[in-house]
Amino acid sequence: MNFVRKNSVPLFFVALCGTGAYYSGLGASFLLNEIITRLARNSFLVISLIIPVLAGMGLNFGIVLGAMAAQLAYILVVNLEFRGFVGVLSTCVLSIPLSVLFGWLTGILFNKAKGKEMITGIILGFFANGLYQLVCLTFVGWIIPVRLASMLLPDKSGAGPGIGLVNTIDLRSVQYSIDNLWKIRITMPDIRNFCAWMGWDVTIPPSIPITIPVGTFLIIGLLCAGMYFLFRTKLGQDFRAVGQDRTIAEVSGIAVDRVRVAAIVFSTVLAGLGQIVFLQNMGNLQTYGSHVQVGTFAVASLLIGGASVARATVGQALLGTLLFHTLFVVSPQAGKNLMGNVQVGEFFRVFISYAVFCVALALHAWRRIRDRNAGDE
Amino acid sequence: MILEMRNISKDYAGNRVLKGVNLAVEEGEIHSLIGENGAGKSTLMNVLFGMPVIRNTGGFTGEILFDGRNVDISSPKEAMKLGIGMVHQEFVLLPGFSVLENVKLNREKTKPNFLSRVFGKKMETLDYPAMRRDVRAALDSLEVSIDEMMPVRGLPVGYMQFVEIARELDKSKIRLLVLDEPTAVLTESEADTLLGAMRRLREKGISILFISHRLTEVVAVSDHVTIMRDGELVDRLSGGEADVERLAELMVGRRVTESVRERSVPETGAAILSVRNLRVHMPGEEVRDVSLEVRRGEILGFAGLAGQGKVGIANGIMGLYPAEGDVTKDGRAVPLNNPREAMNAKMALVSEDRRGVGLLLDQSIELNIAIRAMQTQGKFLKKIAGLNRIDAAAMRAHAARMMRDLDIRAGGEGQHTRRLSGGNQQKVCIAAALTLSPDLLFVSEPTRGIDIGAKKIVLDLLCDLNRTHGVTIVITSSELAELRAVCDRIAVIYEGRLAGIVPWNASNRELGLLMAGAAKDGRASERGAA
Amino acid sequence: MRDGMVSRGLRNFGMARSVIVVFLVYLLAHAFYLGLPMGQLFSSMLVRFGMNGILALAMIPTIQAGMGPNFALPLGIICGLVGGTAVIELNLRGATAFAAAIVVAVVLGAATGWLYALLLNRVKGQEMTVGTYFGFSIVSLMCIFWTLAPFHNKEMIWPYGGTGLRNTITLKGWFDRILDNLWSFRVMGVDIPTGTLLFFALFCLLMWMFLRSKTGVAMTAVGNNPRFARSMGLDVDRYRLIASVVSNALAAVGMLVYAQSFGFLQLYQAPLFMAFFAVASVLIGGASMKRITLSHVLIGNFLFQSVLVVSMPVANVVFSDNMSEILRIIISNGIILYALTRKEADAA
Repeated sequence: MNFVRKNSVPLFFVALCGTGAYYSGLGASFLLNEIITRLARNSFLVISLIIPVLAGMGLNFGIVLGAMAAQLAYILVVNLEFRGFVGVLSTCVLSIPLSVLFGWLTGILFNKAKGKEMITGIILGFFANGLYQLVCLTFVGWIIPVRLASMLLPDKSGAGPGIGLVNTIDLRSVQYSIDNLWKIRITMPDIRNFCAWMGWDVTIPPSIPITIPVGTFLIIGLLCAGMYFLFRTKLGQDFRAVGQDRTIAEVSGIAVDRVRVAAIVFSTVLAGLGQIVFLQNMGNLQTYGSHVQVGTFAVASLLIGGASVARATVGQALLGTLLFHTLFVVSPQAGKNLMGNVQVGEFFRVFISYAVFCVALALHAWRRIRDRNAGDE
Repeated sequence: MILEMRNISKDYAGNRVLKGVNLAVEEGEIHSLIGENGAGKSTLMNVLFGMPVIRNTGGFTGEILFDGRNVDISSPKEAMKLGIGMVHQEFVLLPGFSVLENVKLNREKTKPNFLSRVFGKKMETLDYPAMRRDVRAALDSLEVSIDEMMPVRGLPVGYMQFVEIARELDKSKIRLLVLDEPTAVLTESEADTLLGAMRRLREKGISILFISHRLTEVVAVSDHVTIMRDGELVDRLSGGEADVERLAELMVGRRVTESVRERSVPETGAAILSVRNLRVHMPGEEVRDVSLEVRRGEILGFAGLAGQGKVGIANGIMGLYPAEGDVTKDGRAVPLNNPREAMNAKMALVSEDRRGVGLLLDQSIELNIAIRAMQTQGKFLKKIAGLNRIDAAAMRAHAARMMRDLDIRAGGEGQHTRRLSGGNQQKVCIAAALTLSPDLLFVSEPTRGIDIGAKKIVLDLLCDLNRTHGVTIVITSSELAELRAVCDRIAVIYEGRLAGIVPWNASNRELGLLMAGAAKDGRASERGAA
Repeated sequence: MRDGMVSRGLRNFGMARSVIVVFLVYLLAHAFYLGLPMGQLFSSMLVRFGMNGILALAMIPTIQAGMGPNFALPLGIICGLVGGTAVIELNLRGATAFAAAIVVAVVLGAATGWLYALLLNRVKGQEMTVGTYFGFSIVSLMCIFWTLAPFHNKEMIWPYGGTGLRNTITLKGWFDRILDNLWSFRVMGVDIPTGTLLFFALFCLLMWMFLRSKTGVAMTAVGNNPRFARSMGLDVDRYRLIASVVSNALAAVGMLVYAQSFGFLQLYQAPLFMAFFAVASVLIGGASMKRITLSHVLIGNFLFQSVLVVSMPVANVVFSDNMSEILRIIISNGIILYALTRKEADAA
């Protein structure tokens, strides 16, 4: 009973995913393939949220800035026509200084809005998106020169390249260069013949081979190990101390503001790398869209995994990513089969990613009140 | 001598809080420092530790010798380097951290690794085995069996104290340990354990400066006692000379109290308020069991040291903190935990937390004065089309009258209260309480944070209310002198219970014993309460 | 002495406000220089001032009650949209339609505001974050409603196939510009949307009266200092609830006023970001996360909407087409960030 109460959020979503998967009618191997791909694609981003949570700064909606740094780096790399693994590697190298800068600025901003980090992060994301559009849409091609004319929007007359980056930038030159480092395929046994042989009248979609991007998972594993390591260093201990009580940490001589900035810089850099992993898998960059939902989706994933604004683990991040993206895959089909409308599933998915935040916060507050009452007795 | 502080003086903006104080602690002794709240003990410790608050307010005069050498302690860090450690009254512990992590907070032992060689010391790995050894050693020297890997959350309060002490011991070569009221939060048996640990540390050659209000403990454990009062050194006794009664008398002192008010102590008066078995859950000022009667027309004072619960009584009766018990006003029971019922019973409170509870700092003086009466009694309202609207004119006129009567100095009725001086803020609070037209007024810490001139005005105002308007007044105050100046009777609260009620002119010794909880058992002074 | 007064006056007027005023004056001068039709420009400034006014007004109750700006504005906005679609479904037209829509919207707005307050009272201190995401989630939940709800009026549902309501429903023939055109007149080439302005003025008056009523004063006390309020026996949660109800009902009405000027009802994702513009406008007017007055709403609403109106043609002539939209995002979110990071004297 205690287990159920403690894990009510993830359990609810396990049930929801199960129901969704059942009604979606999608084949197990297809589903598995999709989920594995998405897990590889998104885990990194979700894990990047953990440090600020433990440093007491809540869910860092400012990771959108990390994603922007990654995209700017990609744009530069595409413009320089770097390819393959070298391309991705140079993107990483280019993104880090940008992420550090963005993270540092975000950290300073958060220090000025202590206790209001989350709403500040949300608004900062929108604000930064405005600046990002300003740069990409009006400066590029006007103030900032571009090598490849194909990256620019056509001029109004249609005669030649105009001002502003195109909406979709092709990343095929670097696609899968991390995933392909080491990839294994597992073919699930096709049970249709077996069923036919048994005389069962069931329709099962054809089995497709399951691809596992082991290289990407190794990198994610490395990140998890890194997180484990980080929280066994002096800096990690400072993060936790600041996260528990800012005043006491300050009294003990910890430079609280600097530790908080460091937490955000780490988070932003990791988010940038996460977005690089994400985009190398996607194979194209929606110049004005790829980063917009990064914060919301990552936060929703983490919360679905059972984390709260004050507590998060790598395990919760991975579980949450798994559940959230399972829901992502199954809900359109489930919506279609249940409601006769693909859109409904789509909307439902968006609804969940927003609503989970309110539910998680309310549950958290409720639990805190209950704990306090229990403490009094 | 391990520590000598010679002729220390300190003033805050002209207000002298330390007047040539001497303190001498011998090597390997337990030295107690006692005094009422505001006697200057904390300021003296702030000087010793080089706290920024001292430097930022113009420093101090006098000299400090540590281990026979003249030292200039300009920061707590330097004090630590010399080997002076302090355990504060409020715990500096992180509940989610283990005992070990708390003891080693920001002093963690680390080992270099490949990353730290690139990115610096911050990336070094924590060396848990080494830290465990240190912490174990510190805890063992106190002879307490706490598992160092347990989280602090869930430890009994007494153990938290030990964790704090262990942290100080673990800091390198501790010579002098300052314990600031360490037993205040402990049960009796926990306090005994602590005293035992103190004696063991003394055997190890560590000197202890013990700041406490519990005189019995002071007598039991001290080699020497230094008594302070009003920023001055009163006396220094050796352990043998000190007994509880003498200490109590020295602590409270023979202050000349100029009588502000002519008193005609009503020997027997009808009770306006009677309180039976009151319990109030006010953090830091817990009231455990108080029964008493307030007589109609008197001024009653609540005295007691900080944290003993005197502040909780008025707050409990007025419904600001959860309370249990029976309160009867004018023969009618007053429901507890309901501020509105308390106000309906013609009682009003001027809170000790002026800025936190007493005022709307970003609203006008007139609204501050009027709002309680408006919300609870429907004053200053007029009905327009069935809607209760503010009667701005009536509110302004009332505020103007109050400001004139109470001499509130401000730019006008519309000025926000945030900008007012402490004294004027206090008068606004009193005006707001009077607007409720109470016949019983609770005033908590009426002169806290107010300059001397304004203090007298506020006290005169209260006396005047009592005399001309017949308002019964209950004053809660940490300043005994001011209670003596205006009260008819003084009720002393100790450990959440009534230690005794005495007339305003009771002897210092009697008051001191009551405040220190050292009145002889079964003889709790009831002279004034008969 | 004089110098001190000037600088103090400037400080009281507020940095943000001053910058925006300068920016607006510059934009107007530039527009004049570019030869844009100034009369039309001033007309749309007035229209936008009136049509957005009540949405901005909805910020007052929640800020006064200490819950911060109402970032969950989409909740009330959607109630307005439901009111609007309901009267069209019932085939009401003109003033009747508008009045009926307002009644439906107010009832729904108040009811949902009440429910929303139950959530908010559980997450004290996180109202802004929760509000933002609550607004978002309601918008997406209502997307499902717009898709599945059994509306039949041909002018609202997709013309060919597809289920559910259209993205944009034209109000032409229903209650398009019903307030704008009421008693409107033209002076020096500027059209005055008298009805809209009067309607907004009426709500300002009501708000003014509310704030000076017994309940309004109690609500302010709760927002200023909850402990003070509790010490005089006020139920803090109850006044927060009232604030939420009033704010949401205002948002619902505000949406309908907005729609009649705009000429369309925009469904689905459209209300998603409307809260931020309303929040930004009152902040520009000088409000903070804890303090707001009617004048903040009036000044802020005027400045913010005017800058948007004037910057659109100017930016589009000088820069690219998207410039004005980008500018809107940067200005509105920038001003909210500025307000969030500004040090405020703490009430507690």
